[in-house]
Order: sequence, then C-alpha cells, then structure tokens
Amino acid sequence: MQSGIFHASYQKDMAFRHTPAQFIRLGLVLAFALIFPFLANNYYLTLANQIGVAAIGAIGLNLLTGFTGQISLGQGAFMAVGAYSSGLMAARLGLPWFVTIPLACLITAMVGALFGVPSLRLKGLYLAIATLAAQQIIEWLITHWDALTGGVEALVVPAPTLFGSAINTDFRFYWIILICLIGTTLFASNLLRSKVGRAFVAIRDQDIAAEVMGVNLFRYKLTAFAVSSFFVGLSGALTAHYRTIISWERFTLETSILFLAMIIIGGLGSISGSIYGAAFMTLLPAILSNLGRGLEDFVPAMARLIPFLQQAAFGLVIILFLIFEPEGIAKLWRDVKDYFRLWPFSY
Amino acid sequence: MIQLAVEEVTLQFGGVVALRDVNLQVEQGAIHAIIGPNGAGKTSLLNCISRLYHPTQGRIFFEGRDLTTFHPHKIAELGIARSFQNIELFRGMTVLDNLMLGRHVHLRSGVLSGGFYWGKSQREEIAHRAIVEDIIDFLEIEAIRKKTVGTLAYGLQKRVELGRALALEPRLLLLDEPMAGMNVEEKEDMARFILDINEERGITVALIEHDMGVVMDISDEVTVLDFGQIIGQGTPEEVRSDPNVISAYLGEQEVTFRPI
Repeated sequence: MQSGIFHASYQKDMAFRHTPAQFIRLGLVLAFALIFPFLANNYYLTLANQIGVAAIGAIGLNLLTGFTGQISLGQGAFMAVGAYSSGLMAARLGLPWFVTIPLACLITAMVGALFGVPSLRLKGLYLAIATLAAQQIIEWLITHWDALTGGVEALVVPAPTLFGSAINTDFRFYWIILICLIGTTLFASNLLRSKVGRAFVAIRDQDIAAEVMGVNLFRYKLTAFAVSSFFVGLSGALTAHYRTIISWERFTLETSILFLAMIIIGGLGSISGSIYGAAFMTLLPAILSNLGRGLEDFVPAMARLIPFLQQAAFGLVIILFLIFEPEGIAKLWRDVKDYFRLWPFSY
Repeated sequence: MIQLAVEEVTLQFGGVVALRDVNLQVEQGAIHAIIGPNGAGKTSLLNCISRLYHPTQGRIFFEGRDLTTFHPHKIAELGIARSFQNIELFRGMTVLDNLMLGRHVHLRSGVLSGGFYWGKSQREEIAHRAIVEDIIDFLEIEAIRKKTVGTLAYGLQKRVELGRALALEPRLLLLDEPMAGMNVEEKEDMARFILDINEERGITVALIEHDMGVVMDISDEVTVLDFGQIIGQGTPEEVRSDPNVISAYLGEQEVTFRPI
C-alpha cells in the first residue's frame, strides 16, 4: 500500500501534480474540454460559456475572500467596471476586443485597489459593508452618468472579430473563454505558491503575526484587491463581448451574493472549488427549469412555480452546504479521491 | 556590544501604566531572560520592541537605529523575529508554508513573476526551500512538514512557531513564553534548541519565561519586571539573591531554586 509520495528534488516536490493518475486526470479533463464543443448543441455550449465566465469571476473573488480573508460584496460592481470599460472602448472608440479586454482588466484592478483602501482599518463584516458602498456607488455612477455609460439604457457592444471573421457564435466564443479560464487558473495557482500568495493566506489566518514577519499589510491587501479585481474585470469584460448587449441590471448586489454563494459552495480558499461552484450555481437553475418543464404534464401549476422553486433551491443548497460540508465541493471531491486511493481496502 | 537598548520607555493605556521608565540593555550574543509575575508588563515590552505598541515615552535602539521610527513590518527587515505567547501561526497553511512565509523579507518575487512562476521565481522558491529544510532538520520536524498547522499538537506548534521566526534569519530573537504549557521533555527539547540557536547561529535571544529552573539554567542575564517597573537586573545568581526580587516577585519567604 502507498505510504506517501516522496521526491528526490525540491522542484518535483513543489510541483502541482505528483502521480501518473493526476496527469491522466488532467489530460482527460483537457481532452473533454477540447472535444466538448464539437459534440454539444447550442444549449450546452451556452451553459459551458456561462460556467467559464462565472468561473473566472469566482476565482477572482476567491483570491480576495477565500485566500486573503477580505469579504467583498462589490463583486457585481467590479464586473460592471470590467464590462462597461471594455464595452465602451469597443463601442465608442472602435478598439479591437483583444486590446479593450486587457485594458478593462487593468482599469478594474485599479478601481478594486481604490475600494480596497478601507480594508486597512476594517475587517470582516465592517469591510463587507464598505465594499457594499463600492457596489452602490459604482451602480449609481453607471445609471446616472448618462454621457459616458448611456445610463439605464442597454449598451450595445460590437461582436469581437479575429482575422476578419466575427466571433459571434457560442462555438467560437467557447475557445476564447477556455483560454482565459486556463490562463486565470494557472496564474492564480502559481501566485498562491509564491511569495505574494503566501502573504495573502497569512493575512487571512493571522494578520498581526504576518506583519511581525515582515508582511506590509496595507500593500498586500491592496494587491489582493487589485489582483482579484483584475480577474473579476476579465469576467465582466468577457460577459460584455459575449452577450454583445449589457445593462446595469446584470451587475447588481444579487450578482455579488451569487458569486459569494459560488465560492462558499465550491470551497473557500480553493481554485478548483471556484470552478466547481461556478458550474454548480450555473447548472442548478438550468436543471431545475428542465425538471419543471418535464413535470408540467403532470403538475400544470409547475410553470408558474419554477422561479420560486429556483429561489428556494438556491437557499436550501447554501444552507445544506454550510451544515454538511462547509469546505464545499472541493472537499467532497478530495474525499472521493481519498476513498478510491485506498479502495477496495479502505482501512 | 549592546545590541538592543530600551531607554526610558513608558507605556500608558489611558490611566493604566503598563511600563514605567523601563531601561534595558541586551548584549549581542546573550540569552537575556525577562521575568516577572503576571501582568508585570513583559509582553507589553516585547510588543513595544516589535512595534505592535507605540511607547508613550522613550526610545528603543536596535544596533544604533531607533525602532520607534519604523513601521511594524519593517522591524523584520532589520533582523528581529519573535514568537507569541498564545501561538499565532497561520493555521490554514502547512508547516512548510509557515516557514516559507518566514522567508518573506528575503524573497524578491512579485505578482507577475509569482503568477507566471518561470525561471527566476521558481529558482528562488527552490533556493529558499533548501534554507527552510535546514531549519526543519534542526528542529526535528521533518515528519510533519506537509501537515496543516492547525491539526498539530500544542508542543509541535510551539516548535513550528520557533521555526518560522528562525526562517527570518534574525539577529535578535524575541521569545514570549516558549515553554508555556509544555511537559518536562518538551521543555528540555526547547531549551536545547534555544541554546543551539544562540551558540551555533550566534543569534541573540530575549525571552520571557515563567519556569525559573529553565531561566536560571540557560540565561546569561535576567531582568525582573513588576508592575511595569524594573526591580532587579543581573546574572541569574545576582537576581536570585536580590532581596527586592525575592520579596516582590517570589514572595516574602526564602525560596530555593532547583534546576529541573
């Protein structure tokens, strides 16, 4: 039986993956991601794209809330900053999407860092309220600064083009989202095993000790806000170009809470958990409405009830996870892997 | 040579005087114990040195530099590390990561180089990992290096916290009750580590400890605090026979010390 995993060099010991099984699993996931769009119909492609965009935003939020311990209720607003800055640059200035998206990410990072300033003095619930202010201020700016954003009117964003052809189908956009998601995952995972990432987690676990060990709290908290907002902005910018039409209603406080639910259910402080949570929270309403439609023949009132059932299921799932698996889907998946590592003799 | 000089430090919280005109000098390379009854101001003094508290009056010099002008996170860069009375480890991180965080001030990588983890950043991590592994060997915690700190037994956590402070490669190590709550074997281990740190690595140690046997055994110099004031100072032998110390700290009756 396996007694542990041992390596002869620090480099191997510090790698993400250690066993052949881990590489095979990664290969299978990547192969599935590459084959999937050729097999799936438009409905499933749309769902996949939604999951991808949400996963990028969830990783961003998890960097801030799950890893650095700074609760943020401003997720929706930061996504709006990314979406509107990329969308406006594309629509008004006619810049190509591969220029506007990175610029939008940088702008969101700066806005995020600005609204992170209160985190030096505020912690926990108090900080959550400060970020709630960010949410309200940005929402108000978008709906009232008509000259820039078009106010409550929806903003039409031109479909992105690449080498002369428009990326206007789910199939084509799938590849952009996939590349962004892989990039985000790699960057975040690497960051967390280097100096900056360790400082983030240290601030979450014991900020005073971190300061005594030489971590500049203010600088690293702002860095956490900036890095997190960068990816949240990416998620927002992708939303803008994918939907090609955006309005402020997509980025309300409800969005912020939905993303918090994603990372709680997926697993706070886990990159893969952010992806699981995003997938779960995107698929749950879809599954419920399909289920409802299937039941309509037997229960005619179902069509009317679905929206309420979705809300109820949403709340129920969060409560169940908080009670039975506070560490989220990421922990469940680890338990499954641990079980099969020793299978069939699990003693 | 005097490495650390506390000069006329007074610390007040409103009307409460935690420290009053404290003068203290720590010799380079010494093991300097600070003792005193509960609430005497020992931890407050340590917190002033690591800049968690700002003294109401007075100054603190470390190798000629006035610590009171530095931000708390700069103290580590100057070469001062510490442990805490109630273990303040990063509970969600592994032992390795806790010690690697101790290397924070020596690491150079930023957000971008860390995020891409190419070449230089990776080589840096590996080089510092080797230094951390040295400390893990020294403290005999090889078996738990990948364990999450929150799951470890109390005595081991104390050892990991010492390791994290050592990873900083300090020139002055402040230890706040490194042996509190330990059994005799664990105390012996800890005393051995402190002596080795002092002798082999040449690190000055200032420690707060309640176990008189240990204090008298390992320290070169002892300072006694009571109600925020220094009431005795000197070698263990001098302090042991100081009538002020005996009456204020150890009670009126004559007490004999027995080494453990």
